[in-house]
Amino acid sequence: MKIFKKYATEFPTPYTCMNAIREGGLETKLTMVLMGLGNFVHKQKIKGLLFLAIEVAYIVFMAVVGIGCLSQLGSLGSVPQQEVWDEAQQVYLYTKGDQSILILLYGIAVILLTVFMVCAWRCSLKSAYKAECLEKSGKHVNTFLEDLKTLTHENLHRLLMTPPMIFIFAFTVLPLIFMICMAFTNYSIIDNHLMLFDWVGLDNFVALFDSSSILGSTFWSVLGWTLVWAFFATFTNYIFGMILSILINRKDTKAKGFWRFCFVLSCAVPMFVSLLIMRTMLQPDGAVNVLLRNLGLIAQDASLPFFTDPTWARVTVIVVNIWVGVPYTLLQLTGVLQNIPAELYEAAKVDGANPIQTFFKITLPYMLYVTTPYLIVTFTGNVNNFNVIYLLSGGDPVTNLSSTAGSTDLLVTWLYKLTVDKQYYNVGAVIGIFTFIILAVGALFTYHRSKSYKEEGGF
Amino acid sequence: MSVKKEYSAKRKRFINNTIVHVILAILAIIWVFPIFWVILTSFRAEKGSYVSTFFPQSYTLDNYIRLFTDTSILNFPQMFMNTLFVAICSCILSSFYVLAVSYCLSRLRFKMRKPYMNMAMILGLFPGFMSMIAVYFILKALGLTEGNLIRLALILCYSGSAGLGFQIAKGFFDTIPLAVDEAALIDGCSRWQIFSKITLPLSKPIIIYTVLTAFMAPWVDFIFARVICRANADQYTVAIGLWRMLEKEYIDSWYTSFAAGAVLISIPIAILFLSLQKYYVDGLSGAVKG
Repeated sequence: MKIFKKYATEFPTPYTCMNAIREGGLETKLTMVLMGLGNFVHKQKIKGLLFLAIEVAYIVFMAVVGIGCLSQLGSLGSVPQQEVWDEAQQVYLYTKGDQSILILLYGIAVILLTVFMVCAWRCSLKSAYKAECLEKSGKHVNTFLEDLKTLTHENLHRLLMTPPMIFIFAFTVLPLIFMICMAFTNYSIIDNHLMLFDWVGLDNFVALFDSSSILGSTFWSVLGWTLVWAFFATFTNYIFGMILSILINRKDTKAKGFWRFCFVLSCAVPMFVSLLIMRTMLQPDGAVNVLLRNLGLIAQDASLPFFTDPTWARVTVIVVNIWVGVPYTLLQLTGVLQNIPAELYEAAKVDGANPIQTFFKITLPYMLYVTTPYLIVTFTGNVNNFNVIYLLSGGDPVTNLSSTAGSTDLLVTWLYKLTVDKQYYNVGAVIGIFTFIILAVGALFTYHRSKSYKEEGGF
Repeated sequence: MSVKKEYSAKRKRFINNTIVHVILAILAIIWVFPIFWVILTSFRAEKGSYVSTFFPQSYTLDNYIRLFTDTSILNFPQMFMNTLFVAICSCILSSFYVLAVSYCLSRLRFKMRKPYMNMAMILGLFPGFMSMIAVYFILKALGLTEGNLIRLALILCYSGSAGLGFQIAKGFFDTIPLAVDEAALIDGCSRWQIFSKITLPLSKPIIIYTVLTAFMAPWVDFIFARVICRANADQYTVAIGLWRMLEKEYIDSWYTSFAAGAVLISIPIAILFLSLQKYYVDGLSGAVKG
């Protein structure tokens, strides 16, 4: 509530809904029931009619389909698909049963529409009150054309923000709410709940936390590996990229541009291509093993188990991630590294510090201080790092056949497997929510510490 | 004595420099090696996925030719055209969205501004494809998952969340002096004129950056494309095509063509990336410099 008050005081306007209800005239008060009436009375005929049209459209929509969708939302449908023997045609006919997934989707869509309707209703109330006030005080009331014209000036944000907002609501917010709802249902292939499912409350969360079940133990091990992975992936890249950047940008290094080009070349190749290449190179008969055999480092029929041994696989993905990630780190950190005051290094040199001491006593502390937000962003990015794991190892090797995750699966790749391959939609949704919680904690941490938060105040 | 000391310091520096250069050379070889290898493989004449020699025995252009002529199983030219079409459309749509939203958030002050930015931050924290299945159901409910409409579905999908990726462009707009806007306002420009006639012409780098990142997304994404295309092979994008070439039933005959395809789509993207490196760095380091 406090936040809303802050916004209200930032943009003061006398034309609020409360004022409209308290001080508006009869026509404004009637607008609450008949949207657009206030505008219609006060010279804004087209605007009034538009509001009215919205209201009529909404009521018709609700009467025809909306109410039906909402009423089923509680039970999520109960009529199963049935086979009926058709005597006349001598075939089995399938009656159309309820499809819970569509009921849920339409229900949420109707709720979202209703929220928009409430916004439109508030708009109409405010605009009616504004028209009334303006006319009473003898000021000019905008015609519809003039209103349209304000869209290119005072209200430009409405013109420019509306289409992106519609897309965001349709393709990001609606699906997200939908997925969150799924976490509270039994929508999964278990007990054949793919067509019809019910609300089950917090059962899925309980099942996931129960470490004695297969699902629960898998969850904890995947969560553990996700955190280990995110930690190593972040810091190996960070430190390695920093050392590389220092090596390249030393005063005495020749051909700086050439070295930089060599490293940046690998991030110019699309990531999924380079990862697929790495995957094929590291197969038991892939290029790396062939090269090692030809060089005589391993026996002719031997191969290093890059993706077949759990520990090897985990180390491999971290190492390959260094290969993929260091060029990016190089690009991002070079500028920051060059901002470190040169006096610090000179002082260290005078005191007789060697390069390793300088790195650990000056460079690293300075960088950690300046780039904490960057590090946390990278950390959360790595928790969500679907591409590297999925394209590289695919979560393999699977050591425990009864569990659904392999040894290198992260929460996100496990989520993908559970939903796309295994059709455990509900468990997938719960994992998604957990990933969000982990990331949200990290992000809160970042934005509250970052300079942009203190300066903007809005993040 | 001092001459000797100077000499030894010089020698030490020489040794250090040599060590650094050798390390850099080894690392550079490691980094370039896979790229080099895939280029070699794309010219390899021997068929099959894995061969027992590292360097190809003989070289050929057949892999590239096959990619464009053998369209019976994996129709690469068709995939290429699909991706190009989707990329152009989604690029226009999402660049407009990104620029419009960033301009509003940077220059205009309105009530929904801060709530919007907070919302964008929260939405950005959910794993992107968590909602993928739901997006598929929505598109299916709209009837966009059959035939050529899949392309429209992909376009909607790629530009759907464009309005949330405003940070870099907003950061750029923030650096354009406010005085320019004020002068134009005094001269009687409307906000729209300021946006279209002053701000946009001043922001060529960020427009190029936005357009190109939007253009590249369909070429490199295969998660969404795979879920939406499912079995509709005629609607596949390049990314799914390349992925399929490595599946068990195709890998043996298509492996070298996969390398050729990978090289082909990497070349334009690499050129774009290398020439736009500067903008990429500027856009990212803005957040770090604070």
